[in-house]
Amino acid sequence: MTDTSANRPGSATSLITPDARTKRRNRAEARFKVYGITAIGIGLLFLVVLLGSITVNGLGAFQQTFVNVPVYLDPAKLDKRGNRNIEEMKKVSTFGYNPLIQQGLLDKAAELGIETPLKKRKQMKAMLSASAAAKVRDFVLANPETLGQTVEFKLLAASRVDGYLKGRVQRKDVARDKNIDAEHLDLTDSLVAAGVVAKTFNLSFITGADASESRAEQAGIGVAMLGSFFMMLVVLVLSLPIGVAASIYLEEFAPKNRWTDLIEVNISNLAAVPSIVFGILGLAVFIQVMHLPQSAPLVGGLVLTLMTLPTIIISTRASLKSVPPSIRDAALGVGASKMQSVFHHVLPLAMPGILTGTIIGLAQALGETAPLLLIGMVGYIATNVPDGIAAGFLDPNSAMPAQIYEWAKRADPAYYERAWGGIIILLVFLLAMNIIAILLRRRFERRW
Amino acid sequence: MPVLWLFLIVLAIAALGFVLGRRRALKSADGESRRLHSLPIYYGTNAAMKVAVPALGLLCLWLLAQPLYVNSRVAATIPDAAIAEGSTLGLVMSDVRRVARGLDLAVVEGAMTAPQAASLDAETADVRQELASLGVALGSTVTADTLRAAQDYRAYSTTGTLMMVVAVLFAAIIGCGWALRETDRDFRARNVVERGILVLLIAAASVAVLTTLGIVLSLIFQTYEFFTLYSALDFFTLLEWAPSFSGRGGASSLGLLPLLWGTLYISMVALLVAVPIGLFSAIYLSEYASSTVRSFAKPMLEVLAGIPTIVYGLFALLTIGPILLSVFGDDTLGWMQGQRAVLTAGVAMGIMLIPFVSSLSDDIINAVPQALRDGSYGLGATKSETIKQVVLPAALPGIVGAILLATSRAIGETMIVVLGAGAAARLSLNPFEAMTTVTAKIVSQLTGDSDFASPEALVAFALGMTLFVMTLGLNVFALYIVRKYREQYE
Amino acid sequence: MYDAPNMERAVTASQTKISAQGVQVHYGDTHAIKDVDVQIEDKTVTAFIGPSGCGKSTFLRCLNRMNDTIDTCRVQGQIRIDGEDIYDKRVDPVQLRAKVGMVFQKPNPFPKSIYDNVAYGPRIHGLAASKAELDHIVETSLRRGAIWDEVKDRLDAPGTGLSGGQQQRLCIARAVATEPEVLLMDEPCSALDPIATAQVEELIDELRKNYSVVIVTHSMQQAARVSQKTAFFHLGNLVEFGDTGKIFTNPEDSRTESYITGRIG
Repeated sequence: MTDTSANRPGSATSLITPDARTKRRNRAEARFKVYGITAIGIGLLFLVVLLGSITVNGLGAFQQTFVNVPVYLDPAKLDKRGNRNIEEMKKVSTFGYNPLIQQGLLDKAAELGIETPLKKRKQMKAMLSASAAAKVRDFVLANPETLGQTVEFKLLAASRVDGYLKGRVQRKDVARDKNIDAEHLDLTDSLVAAGVVAKTFNLSFITGADASESRAEQAGIGVAMLGSFFMMLVVLVLSLPIGVAASIYLEEFAPKNRWTDLIEVNISNLAAVPSIVFGILGLAVFIQVMHLPQSAPLVGGLVLTLMTLPTIIISTRASLKSVPPSIRDAALGVGASKMQSVFHHVLPLAMPGILTGTIIGLAQALGETAPLLLIGMVGYIATNVPDGIAAGFLDPNSAMPAQIYEWAKRADPAYYERAWGGIIILLVFLLAMNIIAILLRRRFERRW
Repeated sequence: MPVLWLFLIVLAIAALGFVLGRRRALKSADGESRRLHSLPIYYGTNAAMKVAVPALGLLCLWLLAQPLYVNSRVAATIPDAAIAEGSTLGLVMSDVRRVARGLDLAVVEGAMTAPQAASLDAETADVRQELASLGVALGSTVTADTLRAAQDYRAYSTTGTLMMVVAVLFAAIIGCGWALRETDRDFRARNVVERGILVLLIAAASVAVLTTLGIVLSLIFQTYEFFTLYSALDFFTLLEWAPSFSGRGGASSLGLLPLLWGTLYISMVALLVAVPIGLFSAIYLSEYASSTVRSFAKPMLEVLAGIPTIVYGLFALLTIGPILLSVFGDDTLGWMQGQRAVLTAGVAMGIMLIPFVSSLSDDIINAVPQALRDGSYGLGATKSETIKQVVLPAALPGIVGAILLATSRAIGETMIVVLGAGAAARLSLNPFEAMTTVTAKIVSQLTGDSDFASPEALVAFALGMTLFVMTLGLNVFALYIVRKYREQYE
Repeated sequence: MYDAPNMERAVTASQTKISAQGVQVHYGDTHAIKDVDVQIEDKTVTAFIGPSGCGKSTFLRCLNRMNDTIDTCRVQGQIRIDGEDIYDKRVDPVQLRAKVGMVFQKPNPFPKSIYDNVAYGPRIHGLAASKAELDHIVETSLRRGAIWDEVKDRLDAPGTGLSGGQQQRLCIARAVATEPEVLLMDEPCSALDPIATAQVEELIDELRKNYSVVIVTHSMQQAARVSQKTAFFHLGNLVEFGDTGKIFTNPEDSRTESYITGRIG
């Protein structure tokens, strides 16, 4: 028999002076703790990098470079007959306006005494957004009396010029760029110094519509925001009542039988089905079988409803469960029917929890992209604000996350900035929804 | 919009039924509501319910069934000769529907009168031209068969809609009459209404089953159709993914394996990032952290879970990719060619999964009874020894379940791989290469311009089926493990 | 044979093992232990009795610093084991707990095999140099826990599969395996049936030969049966401490008398 008392942990040594083994074990303990701290540190670092790169890259989208150009609205060009007939003036396309604007910019540069080798009108094209002519034309058609005057317009600068001001376009890149030359950048520098070209807050990024691939400076997320809004309406109107009804049944009435079990299993599995599969469902059932219109927020809303339902059902059941049975007993005790006890007493008490769950479910749906790709909410370029409520539900549109995806796919890096900017807006919405949910929970939370 | 009007009319009849039912009940009790069996409101609700539920149910069913019925009726009239070489009945039918919709539009816009549209002749009129001027683009010129089928289609649809209106209104009025007839002071209105509500509740709860059924059926039908056009053996065994762009099958190789490999590889990278970080965070937060640290770090980590996946996709493409490229790229080590790579998508997905792993593990670690920890501390074990030798082994099944759930999330994730992983299917071990996944290919095969009857598009449903089966299996297994684990300590 | 290693410890029966002076314990705002002085002797069973919530378990947990795991708990005063203050900053609670083992109210075997349960302590403290030595420690401890004969054929079976009484004796064997000098028992029989209780009580009497045993119990009969010294706690105060026989037959304090005769409790 071995004598183990020699290495007894306690008796041989004093408690005050740890033995070598204890020291080693304590070092292992400290090491283990460091692993934990490191893991959390890395997790938080990722969060900081993520939010940091969103902010750094995205804030630029809220500012846009504008050029202040005095344009002489030449009646000889814009109204050849001289009779101020709007219908006839409409025949002059934006091609007729471009030279006037370009000339205006040339003149402005000359007036400021800026030396530039760019003497031709055509060379000014690279400075201005292709949308500039349309803006001037709209103005003229709305105000035909201004013909013959020189009007100062605040026009969007070209995407490259905007990129130069924001540091996205570097002088070394320009050599390979057919859209802009170094001379344009020199001119830009001078115009910035003169205050003709400047970056200002760009409201139309938030309210505007998407633009074609070559006009990054014009693109906005407003129309996609409307698409998301109509989708969320559909989700709210369908998933809240259906989810609450389903939860009430499962929590309060369902007998223990096979059908109930089947429903339970289905709900817990649907909660974990990849979102893209819901997209496939939407494509196959809503579009191919039911022939609902493609790219419509209605269909997007239906798909997202099916996706959000499990979330809402799970949280609603949790809040129904948290209402103590004594409340039900009290209602039944005064002769209310089971249905009355649920609808008059249990449901109102569970309402804050239900609303919190619904808002969180909606937030999840708002950020979801993959199923929307399949029902065609992405190939469509959201250029028009829907006219009317029905059109809002049925006309093709995009949604915020789908619009962000669309921008991220485009080749022009100018669109990346807009994608990041779109993310800021999306996250602001999500943040607001989550804060509302937290406030609701704080305000109405009840401990039984 | 006859459906909307019909809907509103039914609601109006229901409202009328409510008022009449209530009034009739009160009258039968001589205006003394105490003599009624139920509160007056229940008599009204009974009437409204009997109007609205059958009528609206019929409306929904009709809306679902009519296109199917009309489609099959019209499809039966199309002669085999009208289906061009390489085309299918499905393609012809989609043309037919497009023409029919064009004709509808033409009538609405006033470009044609209804009889004109019905008697339009492909021989005399250039239908394609005419519809194009209304903004309905057609892929090819309209053949006589297609036009006639489209006209049939419109005729059936119009008759069907008319019948629907009549049937629905009839149902509403019958329901109203029935409810009013049975309304009487002794009628147990509350019981009837409550039973009706219960039926509605059951119907709502069954939506989940219907959704699953819809998913399974749509996947099965389309997958079956795909396997009639493309060999199932090739799909499961070919080592190459190369769809031809012609969109008419033939030259395409549609092998699942490279996609599956990409999916699993990227998921593995994601788990390698998420599991250690998530697990150690959970251990630290639940065993070591003071309540202040916990109340700060836990919600911060959970912010990561609330961020939409499109954000992670963009983060992968525009932040992680360039960072990795600057470390492993051509300028330095030369291992990485582009910013889209397995590693790019994997890291982004891993970050997304950190809070998922950590909050699930946190729950599971907290479910280990304190008595076990006390037992270990009482023997003189340090915290880390207790965690490593008592808590983690006890929590192991639950943690395995959590990791399986995370795997299923990683496999089903779409946006991160669409943006971060690349488009080329490859069987390679190099994590710096671009690869693609099942989900990314589902998106690319279904969002292109190809029509839904070609194998190149239908393969997406077979891929979806694979994905569904894989994630479902993982989830069922993981939930089973987690549930068993929970029961052990309850 | 199996108590041979401890034969060489030359101790007299009345040597003081633990001495507590002026111990105060606070849980947040609750004052759980108020100024307790007590001397616990070696090779003696000391019982802590008193009504629920009187602080006897709290005080017991102070003796091996198990209260450290609770954030809000503060301990003041002095507790000395073999003359060393265990709340000294330099004392490692891990080393202390190896010296002062503990058995809990509810049997809490680890979800491992019986063998691994017992071997856990020796492994973490590095008590065995070889597998054979570990086997020996496990066997000795299981014998001391009076459970060897019941489990020797199924050492690989999970400890959680044993009956309640067996589990508790396994936990005692597990505590004994680290060769402690003091064994703290927190109501070790409260979750057991009478037969298992009798087995454990017999075991406690056996353990007295080698260890200083401190037992918290609700049952006065149990205290009378197993202990030589008894301390009566009431509302956080140590009301009376003395020989068990005296406390039960001739208590000095009226509260002790009331408790023992069943008027408070």
